[in-house]
Parts: sequence; C-alpha cells; structure tokens
Amino acid sequence: MTIQNRYTRDQIAARVAQDIHEGAYVNLGIGLPTKVANYLPADREVFLHSENGLLGMGPAPAPGEEDEDLINAGKQPVTILTGGAYFHHGDSFAMMRGGHLDICVLGAFQVSQHGDLANWHTGAPDAIPAVGGAMDLAIGAKQVFVMMDHQTKTGESKVVQQCTYPLTGVACVNRIYTDLAVLDVTPHGLRVREMAPGLSLFDLQTVTAAPLLPPESGDPA
Amino acid sequence: MIDKTYQSLERAVADVHDGATVMIGGFGNAGMPAQLIDALIAQGARELTIVNNNAGNGDTGLAALLAAKRVRKIICSFPRQTDSHHFDALYRAGEIELELTPQGNLAERIRAAGAGIGGFFTPTGYGTLLAEGKETRLIDGRHYVLEAPIHADFALIKAHRGDRWGNLVYRKTARNFGPIMAMAAKTTIAQVNEIAALGELDPEVIVTPGIFVQRVVKEAA
Repeated sequence: MTIQNRYTRDQIAARVAQDIHEGAYVNLGIGLPTKVANYLPADREVFLHSENGLLGMGPAPAPGEEDEDLINAGKQPVTILTGGAYFHHGDSFAMMRGGHLDICVLGAFQVSQHGDLANWHTGAPDAIPAVGGAMDLAIGAKQVFVMMDHQTKTGESKVVQQCTYPLTGVACVNRIYTDLAVLDVTPHGLRVREMAPGLSLFDLQTVTAAPLLPPESGDPA
Repeated sequence: MIDKTYQSLERAVADVHDGATVMIGGFGNAGMPAQLIDALIAQGARELTIVNNNAGNGDTGLAALLAAKRVRKIICSFPRQTDSHHFDALYRAGEIELELTPQGNLAERIRAAGAGIGGFFTPTGYGTLLAEGKETRLIDGRHYVLEAPIHADFALIKAHRGDRWGNLVYRKTARNFGPIMAMAAKTTIAQVNEIAALGELDPEVIVTPGIFVQRVVKEAA
C-alpha cells in the first residue's frame, strides 16, 4: 500500500530530540542518529558522548579549523564544548557498560517486538563483519532509542516478530522512531505512541510485521 | 640515570620478533603511531598478531603494514571501512585471520591484561554471534559472557609529550587506546611529539605513569 504522509529523516531526528532531557548523557550512533544533534535546543544542556574518548562533543569545526586529533566515532572532525573532557577507551566504555549513559540513539536493520536489535551485520556470507561499539552501546545505555525507516527499500517491515539478521543485543531497545510511528517496547509487546498524520492504526499494522498495541488513552495519537 | 628516550625510531623497534603480538594505538588515524609502524615495516618482523581498533585506513600506517604482508592475525572491532582495501583483499584471499571483538570488550580485554585480571564477565555481546562458544553466567538476573585478557609483547602508541621516565600526556581524542595498551604490553614504545624535561609534566595531569612505558622516541619532523 502507498502511504502519503511519512516523517522526513529530519522530522524523525527532531522528534527524538524532544525526548532528550536537560542534563542527559547521550551517545548518538553513526549515521542517521547524528542528525539528532541538529535539533537539540541551544538552551538545553545535553552532554554528547563519543566512544573514542570525548564528553561534551560540539558541532563540526569551521572549514580550516579541523584537528586530526579531535574526531568523533565516525572519524569526522568535531569540536569540544567548554567544560568537555577527554578520556581513554577503557573509561569510555565503562561509561556505557556501567550504565552511566542515559540515552543512546542507534540506527537498525531490524528491531523485534521484544526489543532485540540487529544493526551490525546483514548475515551475508561474503560480508566482512565489523561491529565497532554497537554491541556495547546496545546493552549499555539506560534507554536505547532506535531511529530507522519503518520499511526497507523493497517495502519489508523492519519492525519484526523475530530478527532474521544477526543480533546486536537481546531485549535492549526501549523505543523505536520511524518515518511512520513512534513505538514503545513494553512487556506486553509494541505499543503505538504516535503515528504520522493521517495514518490509521490499521494502516500502520498493515505495514508492520509484528503485532501492535493501540495507544494508551491520554497518549497523543 | 634512567633515560627511556631513544634517539632513533629504528632502534626503538629493533627487537620486535617474528610472531610477536603487537598492540598499535589509535582510532583510525588519531593516535596512530605512524612513524613507529613505518620503522616496524623497515625492520621486517613477520607473522605478527596485531591488536588495533581498526584494520588500517588508506595506504599508510597500519594499512601499509598489512600491505607488506607482515600480519598473520588481527584482533579488532571495526575492520571494514570505505578505505580498508588492503585488509579487505587479504581477508578475502584468506591470508589474514580476523578475531572480531566488540569495541568495549576489546578495550576491557586490553585493560584487564594490564591490570592482572584473568578474565571478566561482560553483558556486551550476550546472545550474539560474537559470544558463540563462550562461557556465560547469570549474575543478579543479567546474562554475562566470559572474556579473556589480551596480552602483548609490544605496544606501539602515540602520545603528545613524554619525559625520560616514560611519563606521558596525550592530545585530545588521540588518547583513545594508548593508556590501556601501555599497561598491557611487556614493552611499550611511545612515539611523542615532544620530549619534556623531567618535572615539566605536571604530576596531577600525567595520564600514563612511566611504569607502563619502556621507550620514548620523538617523532621526526
């Protein structure tokens, strides 16, 4: 079926940013999640963590101001905010594994109804595997948000009953933000929190390969 | 008088033997001791096991060591990148062994070796391909995987300043794996931008105390 109104990637990023509170320690994964930083209000103090040893990460430097010793996890040049800190890899991953990060935002190939995450490997036999910090992030933050397209380019649901791609983490995702909806992973299953304008629960369920629970009364949907 | 400084890069790596396990600092090119790697290539040691976060970028540094076919095995978290062509070719030809480990497990395995820990239980990777065949344990309701320390014969790291006792300070996110690798190797060789006179480095801000460092060599201009 054809869906008319989808959130753009920037709208998804802006929506995620709404759920990041003042004072939060946050890791934004490589790729789409980095867009979230563009939508954090200037008057909200949020600490961005980069796993290569930086807290208080700032935006990209002005052209000509790049420093090869100051990069983010995607190896792009960045800046450090006043009050930021550098640390080594052991400490950086202790911040994750030790439960000190409030939120991480990750991209995904698939998320299951139980919150299992697949985002590091397509499982293709000839693929060279690479995992980086994905598994550490998946289990490390207090809340794991996924932002992704609801469907693949060929129209298959990325929200699934069971992941078919190799897992990154088991039952680790708390909330899913897609171009069609915001879904909470609950002990009872996936609960719809919000839907794109004009979309019905029936329509959403039609393009989602896992059962959806209706929004709880009082939720804006 | 104790003087750990070396006058030449060549002499600093002269005793790296065939089959050695060599940790190489850096996250991408930030913190990679490129001149020590070039000296290692010239020195000729073969059949090396390399520990690094990545598997070389472009044609220099670690990538050049791989291209020279000196590496039997690499332990890393993120080998596949847009510019990892030397690793990709060796891997597809079956000419290099890959031990893929999540980045935080890599860091903690290195740190554990340096701290005398015989192994540790980590939640990272539980239920994934990268934990297959490993011992697991349920501790206080959470699943953990047993991971082993990684010891090395040599660590080649890059720091900003070092003194003749081997004390080191780093620069920005080039710190990354340097401090933990320095702890985990029998012989740690630090390439530094500057040699500091003893006492010049403030004891309050020394990141790697000299006990973990055997050789300090100033990089060539």
